[in-house]
Amino acid sequence: MIEAPVKEPRDLDGPGGVQVEVVSRSFGEVQALAGMSMRVAPHQVVAVVGPSGCGKTTLLELICGLQRPDAGSVRAAPAALMPQRDLLLPWLSAIDNAGLALRARGASRAQARAVAAPWLERFGLSGFERSRPAALSGGMRQRVSFLRTLLAGKPVLALDEPFAALDAITRTEMQGWLSHVLESEARTVVLVTHDVEEAVVLADRVVVMSGRPGRAVAEIAVELTRPRHRTDAAVVTLRERALAALGVDV
Amino acid sequence: MRRARRVVLPLLLLALLLGIWELYVDVGGADPDILAAPHQIVSAIYTDRALLWSNFLVTAQEVLFGILAAAVAGLALAILIHFSWILRTATYPLVVASQTIPIPMLAPLLMLWFGFGIFPKVIVIALISFFSIVVATLDALAAVDPELIKLMRTFDAPRWRIFREIELPAALPGVFTGAKIAVAVAVIGAVIGEMTGGSNAGLGYLFLQSIPQLLTAREYATVVILSLFAIALFALMTVAERRALPWAYESRGDLAR
Repeated sequence: MIEAPVKEPRDLDGPGGVQVEVVSRSFGEVQALAGMSMRVAPHQVVAVVGPSGCGKTTLLELICGLQRPDAGSVRAAPAALMPQRDLLLPWLSAIDNAGLALRARGASRAQARAVAAPWLERFGLSGFERSRPAALSGGMRQRVSFLRTLLAGKPVLALDEPFAALDAITRTEMQGWLSHVLESEARTVVLVTHDVEEAVVLADRVVVMSGRPGRAVAEIAVELTRPRHRTDAAVVTLRERALAALGVDV
Repeated sequence: MRRARRVVLPLLLLALLLGIWELYVDVGGADPDILAAPHQIVSAIYTDRALLWSNFLVTAQEVLFGILAAAVAGLALAILIHFSWILRTATYPLVVASQTIPIPMLAPLLMLWFGFGIFPKVIVIALISFFSIVVATLDALAAVDPELIKLMRTFDAPRWRIFREIELPAALPGVFTGAKIAVAVAVIGAVIGEMTGGSNAGLGYLFLQSIPQLLTAREYATVVILSLFAIALFALMTVAERRALPWAYESRGDLAR
Protein backbone atom coordinates (compact mmCIF):
# COMPACT_ATOMS: atom_id res chain seq x y z
CA MET A 1 0.00 0.00 0.00
CA ILE A 2 2.81 2.42 0.79
CA GLU A 3 4.72 3.23 -2.33
CA ALA A 4 8.12 3.34 -0.69
CA PRO A 5 10.94 2.86 -3.12
CA VAL A 6 13.26 -0.09 -2.74
CA LYS A 7 16.61 0.71 -1.17
CA GLU A 8 19.05 1.38 -3.97
CA PRO A 9 22.66 2.46 -4.23
CA ARG A 10 22.95 6.21 -3.83
CA ASP A 11 22.92 7.89 -7.20
CA LEU A 12 22.67 11.62 -7.36
CA ASP A 13 21.00 11.64 -10.76
CA GLY A 14 18.52 8.86 -10.04
CA PRO A 15 14.88 9.46 -9.14
CA GLY A 16 13.97 10.40 -5.60
CA GLY A 17 16.59 13.07 -4.99
CA VAL A 18 16.47 16.78 -4.33
CA GLN A 19 18.35 19.52 -6.16
CA VAL A 20 18.25 23.11 -5.05
CA GLU A 21 20.23 25.39 -7.39
CA VAL A 22 21.09 29.00 -6.40
CA VAL A 23 17.61 29.67 -5.09
CA SER A 24 16.47 33.05 -3.85
CA ARG A 25 13.18 33.76 -2.14
CA SER A 26 11.90 36.96 -0.57
CA PHE A 27 8.78 37.86 1.34
CA GLY A 28 8.19 41.54 0.82
CA GLU A 29 11.24 43.31 2.22
CA VAL A 30 12.58 40.20 3.92
CA GLN A 31 14.95 38.08 1.90
CA ALA A 32 14.77 34.55 3.30
CA LEU A 33 17.14 32.79 0.90
CA ALA A 34 19.82 34.14 -1.41
CA GLY A 35 21.83 31.82 -3.64
CA MET A 36 20.98 28.70 -1.67
CA SER A 37 22.19 25.46 -3.24
CA MET A 38 22.13 21.91 -1.97
CA ARG A 39 21.73 18.42 -3.31
CA VAL A 40 20.37 15.33 -1.70
CA ALA A 41 20.96 11.99 -3.37
CA PRO A 42 18.14 9.44 -3.31
CA HIS A 43 17.88 7.72 0.08
CA GLN A 44 20.36 10.05 1.63
CA VAL A 45 19.66 11.79 4.92
CA VAL A 46 20.77 15.41 4.82
CA ALA A 47 20.49 17.70 7.80
CA VAL A 48 20.26 21.46 7.34
CA VAL A 49 21.46 23.54 10.27
CA GLY A 50 21.57 27.27 10.62
CA PRO A 51 20.74 30.16 12.88
CA SER A 52 17.12 31.07 13.58
CA GLY A 53 15.39 32.81 10.71
CA CYS A 54 17.89 31.68 8.05
CA GLY A 55 15.14 30.41 5.78
CA LYS A 56 15.23 26.72 6.73
CA THR A 57 11.45 26.38 6.77
CA THR A 58 11.22 28.28 3.46
CA LEU A 59 13.72 25.81 2.02
CA LEU A 60 11.53 22.88 3.08
CA GLU A 61 8.41 24.50 1.63
CA LEU A 62 10.24 25.03 -1.67
CA ILE A 63 11.25 21.36 -1.69
CA CYS A 64 7.65 20.35 -0.93
CA GLY A 65 6.37 22.52 -3.77
CA LEU A 66 4.40 24.76 -1.40
CA GLN A 67 6.31 27.78 -2.68
CA ARG A 68 8.15 28.75 -5.84
CA PRO A 69 11.61 30.31 -5.88
CA ASP A 70 11.99 33.92 -7.07
CA ALA A 71 15.22 32.86 -8.80
CA GLY A 72 17.09 29.61 -9.26
CA SER A 73 15.52 26.18 -9.51
CA VAL A 74 14.24 23.46 -7.23
CA ARG A 75 13.96 19.96 -8.58
CA ALA A 76 12.69 17.43 -6.10
CA ALA A 77 10.88 14.14 -6.10
CA PRO A 78 7.45 14.34 -4.41
CA ALA A 79 7.94 15.30 -0.78
CA ALA A 80 5.76 15.06 2.32
CA LEU A 81 6.14 17.51 5.17
CA MET A 82 6.45 16.82 8.87
CA PRO A 83 5.71 20.12 10.57
CA GLN A 84 7.56 21.62 13.49
CA ARG A 85 4.75 21.19 15.97
CA ASP A 86 3.08 17.79 15.79
CA LEU A 87 -0.22 19.37 14.61
CA LEU A 88 -2.15 16.17 15.23
CA LEU A 89 -5.88 16.65 14.83
CA PRO A 90 -7.31 16.69 18.35
CA TRP A 91 -10.59 15.08 17.27
CA LEU A 92 -8.95 12.02 15.71
CA SER A 93 -7.50 8.96 17.41
CA ALA A 94 -3.81 8.13 16.99
CA ILE A 95 -4.56 5.61 14.27
CA ASP A 96 -6.77 8.03 12.32
CA ASN A 97 -4.19 10.77 12.65
CA ALA A 98 -1.51 8.39 11.36
CA GLY A 99 -3.69 7.49 8.37
CA LEU A 100 -4.56 11.09 7.46
CA ALA A 101 -2.40 11.13 4.34
CA LEU A 102 -4.21 8.04 3.03
CA ARG A 103 -7.58 9.66 3.75
CA ALA A 104 -6.33 12.79 2.00
CA ARG A 105 -6.01 10.77 -1.19
CA GLY A 106 -9.44 9.21 -0.84
CA ALA A 107 -8.94 6.00 1.15
CA SER A 108 -11.80 5.04 3.44
CA ARG A 109 -11.32 5.24 7.19
CA ALA A 110 -11.19 1.44 7.36
CA GLN A 111 -8.58 1.20 4.60
CA ALA A 112 -6.43 3.86 6.25
CA ARG A 113 -6.66 2.07 9.59
CA ALA A 114 -5.71 -1.25 8.04
CA VAL A 115 -2.52 0.30 6.66
CA ALA A 116 -1.67 2.28 9.79
CA ALA A 117 -2.30 -0.46 12.37
CA PRO A 118 0.89 -2.54 11.87
CA TRP A 119 2.96 0.66 11.79
CA LEU A 120 1.60 1.87 15.09
CA GLU A 121 2.64 -1.43 16.57
CA ARG A 122 6.07 -1.14 15.01
CA PHE A 123 6.40 2.38 16.36
CA GLY A 124 5.66 1.25 19.92
CA LEU A 125 2.16 2.69 20.00
CA SER A 126 0.23 -0.53 20.58
CA GLY A 127 -2.69 0.05 22.90
CA PHE A 128 -2.85 3.73 22.00
CA GLU A 129 -4.54 3.32 18.60
CA ARG A 130 -7.81 4.72 19.89
CA SER A 131 -6.28 7.42 22.08
CA ARG A 132 -6.70 11.01 21.06
CA PRO A 133 -3.54 13.17 20.92
CA ALA A 134 -4.35 14.84 24.24
CA ALA A 135 -3.81 11.46 25.93
CA LEU A 136 -0.40 10.85 24.32
CA SER A 137 3.02 11.93 25.55
CA GLY A 138 5.10 14.37 23.53
CA GLY A 139 7.30 11.58 22.15
CA MET A 140 4.28 9.49 21.17
CA ARG A 141 2.68 12.42 19.41
CA GLN A 142 5.88 13.02 17.47
CA ARG A 143 5.99 9.36 16.42
CA VAL A 144 2.38 9.55 15.21
CA SER A 145 3.20 12.76 13.37
CA PHE A 146 6.23 11.14 11.70
CA LEU A 147 4.16 8.08 10.79
CA ARG A 148 1.51 10.32 9.26
CA THR A 149 4.16 11.85 6.98
CA LEU A 150 5.75 8.46 6.25
CA LEU A 151 2.41 6.96 5.21
CA ALA A 152 2.00 9.67 2.58
CA GLY A 153 4.25 7.34 0.59
CA LYS A 154 6.41 10.10 -0.87
CA PRO A 155 10.06 9.38 -1.72
CA VAL A 156 11.19 12.53 0.09
CA LEU A 157 10.51 13.33 3.75
CA ALA A 158 10.84 16.99 4.70
CA LEU A 159 11.24 17.12 8.48
CA ASP A 160 11.00 20.57 10.05
CA GLU A 161 12.70 20.53 13.47
CA PRO A 162 10.74 17.41 14.38
CA PHE A 163 11.96 17.17 17.97
CA ALA A 164 12.45 20.83 18.87
CA ALA A 165 9.41 20.89 21.14
CA LEU A 166 10.45 17.84 23.17
CA ASP A 167 12.33 17.73 26.45
CA ALA A 168 16.02 16.77 26.25
CA ILE A 169 15.64 13.15 27.35
CA THR A 170 12.72 12.43 25.01
CA ARG A 171 14.54 14.20 22.20
CA THR A 172 17.60 11.95 22.56
CA GLU A 173 15.37 8.88 22.62
CA MET A 174 13.49 10.03 19.56
CA GLN A 175 16.72 10.71 17.65
CA GLY A 176 17.85 7.13 18.29
CA TRP A 177 14.44 5.89 17.27
CA LEU A 178 14.34 7.92 14.05
CA SER A 179 17.86 6.82 13.11
CA HIS A 180 16.74 3.22 13.52
CA VAL A 181 13.55 3.71 11.49
CA LEU A 182 15.36 5.47 8.65
CA GLU A 183 17.80 2.58 8.27
CA SER A 184 15.00 0.26 7.19
CA GLU A 185 13.05 2.90 5.23
CA ALA A 186 14.46 3.81 1.85
CA ARG A 187 13.58 7.47 1.85
CA THR A 188 15.34 10.66 0.98
CA VAL A 189 15.30 12.86 4.04
CA VAL A 190 15.83 16.58 4.43
CA LEU A 191 16.01 17.27 8.14
CA VAL A 192 15.94 20.88 9.23
CA THR A 193 17.18 21.39 12.77
CA HIS A 194 18.88 23.97 14.95
CA ASP A 195 20.46 21.17 16.97
CA VAL A 196 23.92 20.48 15.49
CA GLU A 197 24.32 17.33 17.56
CA GLU A 198 21.01 15.99 16.22
CA ALA A 199 22.22 16.72 12.69
CA VAL A 200 25.47 14.76 13.18
CA VAL A 201 23.77 11.84 14.91
CA LEU A 202 21.11 11.41 12.22
CA ALA A 203 22.47 12.61 8.87
CA ASP A 204 24.76 11.34 6.13
CA ARG A 205 25.66 14.93 5.39
CA VAL A 206 25.19 18.23 7.19
CA VAL A 207 24.55 21.43 5.26
CA VAL A 208 25.42 24.53 7.29
CA MET A 209 23.53 27.70 6.39
CA SER A 210 24.42 31.33 6.97
CA GLY A 211 22.17 33.79 8.76
CA ARG A 212 19.45 35.58 6.79
CA PRO A 213 19.43 35.69 3.83
CA GLY A 214 20.29 32.01 4.04
CA ARG A 215 22.68 30.15 1.78
CA ALA A 216 24.88 27.09 2.24
CA VAL A 217 28.25 28.02 3.73
CA ALA A 218 29.63 24.55 4.50
CA GLU A 219 28.93 20.88 3.97
CA ILE A 220 30.14 18.19 6.32
CA ALA A 221 30.04 14.54 5.33
CA VAL A 222 29.21 12.26 8.26
CA GLU A 223 30.73 8.94 7.32
CA LEU A 224 30.13 7.16 10.60
CA THR A 225 28.45 3.85 11.25
CA ARG A 226 25.06 3.76 12.97
CA PRO A 227 23.92 3.74 15.69
CA ARG A 228 25.80 6.87 16.69
CA HIS A 229 25.84 8.43 20.09
CA ARG A 230 26.23 12.05 20.96
CA THR A 231 29.21 11.18 23.14
CA ASP A 232 31.17 9.34 20.42
CA ALA A 233 34.50 11.07 19.82
CA ALA A 234 33.87 11.25 16.06
CA VAL A 235 30.42 12.75 16.61
CA VAL A 236 31.85 15.37 18.94
CA THR A 237 34.58 16.28 16.43
CA LEU A 238 32.08 16.72 13.59
CA ARG A 239 29.73 18.64 15.85
CA GLU A 240 32.54 21.08 16.62
CA ARG A 241 33.34 21.43 12.94
CA ALA A 242 29.71 22.24 12.23
CA LEU A 243 29.57 24.73 15.08
CA ALA A 244 32.75 26.36 13.80
CA ALA A 245 31.14 26.66 10.34
CA LEU A 246 28.16 28.31 12.03
CA GLY A 247 30.57 30.81 13.54
CA VAL A 248 30.20 29.56 17.08
CA ASP A 249 33.33 29.49 19.25
CA VAL A 250 33.90 26.00 20.62
CA MET B 1 -16.68 21.21 46.35
CA ARG B 2 -15.85 23.95 43.88
CA ARG B 3 -18.42 22.53 41.47
CA ALA B 4 -21.10 22.58 44.15
CA ARG B 5 -20.22 26.17 44.96
CA ARG B 6 -20.60 27.12 41.32
CA VAL B 7 -24.21 25.96 41.45
CA VAL B 8 -25.05 27.08 44.96
CA LEU B 9 -23.65 30.61 44.88
CA PRO B 10 -25.73 31.95 41.96
CA LEU B 11 -28.81 30.23 43.37
CA LEU B 12 -28.23 31.91 46.74
CA LEU B 13 -27.90 35.29 45.06
CA LEU B 14 -31.07 34.65 43.06
CA ALA B 15 -32.98 33.68 46.24
CA LEU B 16 -31.71 36.82 47.94
CA LEU B 17 -32.84 39.08 45.08
CA LEU B 18 -36.23 37.35 44.91
CA GLY B 19 -36.59 37.76 48.68
CA ILE B 20 -35.87 41.49 48.46
CA TRP B 21 -38.37 41.78 45.62
CA GLU B 22 -41.03 39.86 47.56
CA LEU B 23 -40.51 42.00 50.66
CA TYR B 24 -40.60 45.19 48.64
CA VAL B 25 -44.02 44.31 47.21
CA ASP B 26 -45.53 42.77 50.38
CA VAL B 27 -44.16 45.16 53.00
CA GLY B 28 -43.07 48.18 50.95
CA GLY B 29 -46.57 48.58 49.60
CA ALA B 30 -45.89 48.55 45.84
CA ASP B 31 -49.01 48.52 43.69
CA PRO B 32 -49.48 44.84 42.62
CA ASP B 33 -51.03 46.03 39.34
CA ILE B 34 -47.67 47.56 38.50
CA LEU B 35 -45.22 45.18 40.17
CA ALA B 36 -46.25 41.59 40.82
CA ALA B 37 -44.57 39.77 43.69
CA PRO B 38 -42.65 36.56 42.92
CA HIS B 39 -45.27 34.44 44.69
CA GLN B 40 -47.99 35.97 42.53
CA ILE B 41 -46.01 35.14 39.40
CA VAL B 42 -45.56 31.51 40.52
CA SER B 43 -49.26 31.35 41.29
CA ALA B 44 -50.10 32.81 37.85
CA ILE B 45 -47.88 30.24 36.16
CA TYR B 46 -49.88 27.54 37.97
CA THR B 47 -53.37 28.95 37.40
CA ASP B 48 -52.78 29.92 33.76
CA ARG B 49 -50.77 26.80 32.96
CA ALA B 50 -53.02 25.65 30.09
CA LEU B 51 -53.05 29.08 28.46
CA LEU B 52 -49.32 29.57 28.96
CA TRP B 53 -48.54 26.11 27.67
CA SER B 54 -50.54 26.46 24.45
CA ASN B 55 -48.93 29.83 23.75
CA PHE B 56 -45.51 28.47 24.69
CA LEU B 57 -45.91 25.73 22.08
CA VAL B 58 -46.54 28.37 19.42
CA THR B 59 -43.45 30.34 20.42
CA ALA B 60 -41.31 27.23 20.78
CA GLN B 61 -42.24 26.08 17.30
CA GLU B 62 -41.33 29.46 15.83
CA VAL B 63 -38.04 29.49 17.67
CA LEU B 64 -37.07 25.98 16.60
CA PHE B 65 -37.84 26.62 12.93
CA GLY B 66 -36.16 30.01 13.14
CA ILE B 67 -32.96 28.58 14.61
CA LEU B 68 -32.97 25.80 12.06
CA ALA B 69 -33.32 28.31 9.22
CA ALA B 70 -30.59 30.49 10.76
CA ALA B 71 -28.25 27.52 11.18
CA VAL B 72 -28.70 26.28 7.62
CA ALA B 73 -28.44 29.75 6.07
CA GLY B 74 -25.63 30.84 8.40
CA LEU B 75 -23.50 27.74 7.84
CA ALA B 76 -24.06 27.76 4.09
CA LEU B 77 -23.18 31.44 3.84
CA ALA B 78 -20.10 31.05 6.05
CA ILE B 79 -18.81 28.15 3.96
CA LEU B 80 -19.47 29.97 0.68
CA ILE B 81 -17.74 33.10 1.98
CA HIS B 82 -14.82 31.00 3.23
CA PHE B 83 -14.30 29.42 -0.18
CA SER B 84 -14.78 32.45 -2.37
CA TRP B 85 -12.78 35.61 -2.01
CA ILE B 86 -15.18 37.37 -4.40
CA LEU B 87 -18.19 36.26 -2.41
CA ARG B 88 -16.54 37.33 0.84
CA THR B 89 -15.76 40.77 -0.49
CA ALA B 90 -19.24 41.15 -1.94
CA THR B 91 -21.39 39.77 0.85
CA TYR B 92 -19.59 40.41 4.13
CA PRO B 93 -20.38 44.15 4.31
CA LEU B 94 -24.01 43.35 3.48
CA VAL B 95 -24.15 40.67 6.18
CA VAL B 96 -22.87 43.20 8.70
CA ALA B 97 -25.25 45.86 7.35
CA SER B 98 -28.17 43.45 7.75
CA GLN B 99 -27.58 43.65 11.50
CA THR B 100 -28.20 47.39 11.49
CA ILE B 101 -31.79 46.94 10.26
CA PRO B 102 -34.08 47.61 13.22
CA ILE B 103 -35.80 44.22 13.29
CA PRO B 104 -38.88 45.46 15.24
CA MET B 105 -39.60 47.77 12.30
CA LEU B 106 -39.02 45.01 9.77
CA ALA B 107 -41.45 42.65 11.50
CA PRO B 108 -44.68 44.45 10.45
CA LEU B 109 -43.41 44.69 6.87
CA LEU B 110 -42.73 40.95 6.83
CA MET B 111 -46.23 40.41 8.12
CA LEU B 112 -47.65 42.50 5.28
CA TRP B 113 -45.76 40.39 2.79
CA PHE B 114 -46.14 36.94 4.28
CA GLY B 115 -49.36 37.09 6.31
CA PHE B 116 -50.15 36.24 9.91
CA GLY B 117 -48.82 32.70 10.01
CA ILE B 118 -45.58 31.34 11.40
CA PHE B 119 -43.48 32.26 8.36
CA PRO B 120 -42.80 35.98 9.06
CA LYS B 121 -41.86 35.11 12.66
CA VAL B 122 -39.45 32.44 11.48
CA ILE B 123 -37.83 35.02 9.20
CA VAL B 124 -37.47 37.52 12.05
CA ILE B 125 -35.89 34.87 14.28
CA ALA B 126 -33.57 33.69 11.51
CA LEU B 127 -32.52 37.27 10.70
CA ILE B 128 -31.75 38.06 14.31
CA SER B 129 -29.81 34.86 15.01
CA PHE B 130 -27.97 33.96 11.79
CA PHE B 131 -25.36 36.68 12.20
CA SER B 132 -23.65 35.12 15.21
CA ILE B 133 -23.52 31.75 13.42
CA VAL B 134 -21.95 33.27 10.30
CA VAL B 135 -19.38 35.30 12.20
CA ALA B 136 -18.39 32.58 14.66
CA THR B 137 -18.12 29.97 11.90
CA LEU B 138 -16.05 32.24 9.67
CA ASP B 139 -13.72 33.11 12.53
CA ALA B 140 -13.27 29.45 13.39
CA LEU B 141 -12.58 28.55 9.75
CA ALA B 142 -10.04 31.36 9.50
CA ALA B 143 -8.34 30.23 12.72
CA VAL B 144 -7.34 26.82 11.30
CA ASP B 145 -3.55 26.51 11.46
CA PRO B 146 -2.15 27.26 7.97
CA GLU B 147 0.57 24.67 8.64
CA LEU B 148 -2.12 22.00 8.64
CA ILE B 149 -3.33 23.14 5.23
CA LYS B 150 0.24 23.00 3.92
CA LEU B 151 0.67 19.53 5.39
CA MET B 152 -2.48 18.32 3.64
CA ARG B 153 -1.28 19.85 0.37
CA THR B 154 1.95 17.85 0.56
CA PHE B 155 -0.34 14.82 1.03
CA ASP B 156 -1.99 15.71 -2.32
CA ALA B 157 -5.36 16.39 -0.67
CA PRO B 158 -7.86 18.17 -2.95
CA ARG B 159 -9.23 21.46 -1.64
CA TRP B 160 -12.65 20.05 -0.69
CA ARG B 161 -11.08 17.18 1.21
CA ILE B 162 -8.92 19.59 3.21
CA PHE B 163 -12.17 21.31 4.08
CA ARG B 164 -13.93 18.10 5.08
CA GLU B 165 -11.08 16.51 7.02
CA ILE B 166 -9.49 19.58 8.61
CA GLU B 167 -11.34 22.86 8.36
CA LEU B 168 -14.90 21.76 9.02
CA PRO B 169 -14.17 19.66 12.14
CA ALA B 170 -11.79 22.33 13.42
CA ALA B 171 -14.52 24.94 12.98
CA LEU B 172 -17.24 22.99 14.80
CA PRO B 173 -16.51 24.48 18.25
CA GLY B 174 -16.93 27.90 16.64
CA VAL B 175 -20.21 26.82 15.05
CA PHE B 176 -21.45 25.79 18.48
CA THR B 177 -20.36 29.12 19.98
CA GLY B 178 -22.36 30.92 17.31
CA ALA B 179 -25.32 28.61 17.83
CA LYS B 180 -25.30 29.25 21.59
CA ILE B 181 -25.53 33.00 21.03
CA ALA B 182 -28.16 32.38 18.33
CA VAL B 183 -30.51 30.40 20.58
CA ALA B 184 -30.33 33.07 23.25
CA VAL B 185 -31.37 35.84 20.86
CA ALA B 186 -33.82 33.67 18.91
CA VAL B 187 -36.36 33.93 21.74
CA ILE B 188 -36.13 37.72 21.54
CA GLY B 189 -36.79 37.45 17.82
CA ALA B 190 -39.89 35.36 18.42
CA VAL B 191 -41.25 37.93 20.86
CA ILE B 192 -40.64 40.76 18.39
CA GLY B 193 -42.55 38.81 15.75
CA GLU B 194 -45.43 38.06 18.09
CA MET B 195 -45.74 41.59 19.45
CA THR B 196 -46.32 42.91 15.96
CA GLY B 197 -49.95 43.85 15.31
CA GLY B 198 -52.01 41.07 13.78
CA SER B 199 -50.40 38.25 15.73
CA ASN B 200 -52.85 36.08 17.60
CA ALA B 201 -50.80 33.56 19.53
CA GLY B 202 -47.51 33.03 21.33
CA LEU B 203 -46.11 34.23 24.64
CA GLY B 204 -45.19 37.62 23.19
CA TYR B 205 -48.79 38.09 22.08
CA LEU B 206 -50.08 36.94 25.46
CA PHE B 207 -47.79 39.43 27.19
CA LEU B 208 -49.14 42.26 25.08
CA GLN B 209 -52.72 41.14 25.75
CA SER B 210 -52.18 41.02 29.50
CA ILE B 211 -51.09 44.66 29.86
CA PRO B 212 -54.42 46.43 29.18
CA GLN B 213 -56.22 43.71 31.18
CA LEU B 214 -54.05 44.55 34.20
CA LEU B 215 -53.04 40.87 34.48
CA THR B 216 -49.64 41.91 35.79
CA ALA B 217 -48.67 38.54 37.27
CA ARG B 218 -49.44 36.87 33.91
CA GLU B 219 -47.24 39.40 32.10
CA TYR B 220 -44.35 38.50 34.37
CA ALA B 221 -45.13 34.83 33.99
CA THR B 222 -44.66 35.05 30.20
CA VAL B 223 -41.30 36.80 30.73
CA VAL B 224 -40.15 34.13 33.19
CA ILE B 225 -41.12 31.30 30.84
CA LEU B 226 -39.46 32.91 27.82
CA SER B 227 -36.28 33.47 29.74
CA LEU B 228 -36.28 29.92 31.14
CA PHE B 229 -36.82 28.66 27.60
CA ALA B 230 -33.78 30.58 26.32
CA ILE B 231 -31.69 29.28 29.24
CA ALA B 232 -32.84 25.73 28.52
CA LEU B 233 -31.94 26.06 24.83
CA PHE B 234 -28.52 27.41 25.77
CA ALA B 235 -27.95 24.56 28.21
CA LEU B 236 -29.09 22.06 25.60
CA MET B 237 -26.56 23.44 23.11
CA THR B 238 -23.82 23.24 25.74
CA VAL B 239 -24.63 19.61 26.50
CA ALA B 240 -24.88 18.79 22.79
CA GLU B 241 -21.48 20.38 22.22
CA ARG B 242 -19.87 18.39 25.00
CA ARG B 243 -21.36 15.19 23.62
CA ALA B 244 -20.50 15.93 20.00
CA LEU B 245 -17.01 17.40 20.52
CA PRO B 246 -15.49 15.78 23.61
CA TRP B 247 -12.01 16.51 22.23
CA ALA B 248 -12.59 20.25 22.51
CA TYR B 249 -12.83 19.87 26.29
CA GLU B 250 -9.79 17.65 26.86
CA SER B 251 -6.82 19.18 28.55
CA ARG B 252 -3.46 18.64 26.92
CA GLY B 253 -1.80 15.41 27.95
CA ASP B 254 1.58 16.77 28.98
CA LEU B 255 3.45 19.98 29.44
CA ALA B 256 6.24 19.30 26.96
CA ARG B 257 4.12 20.64 24.13
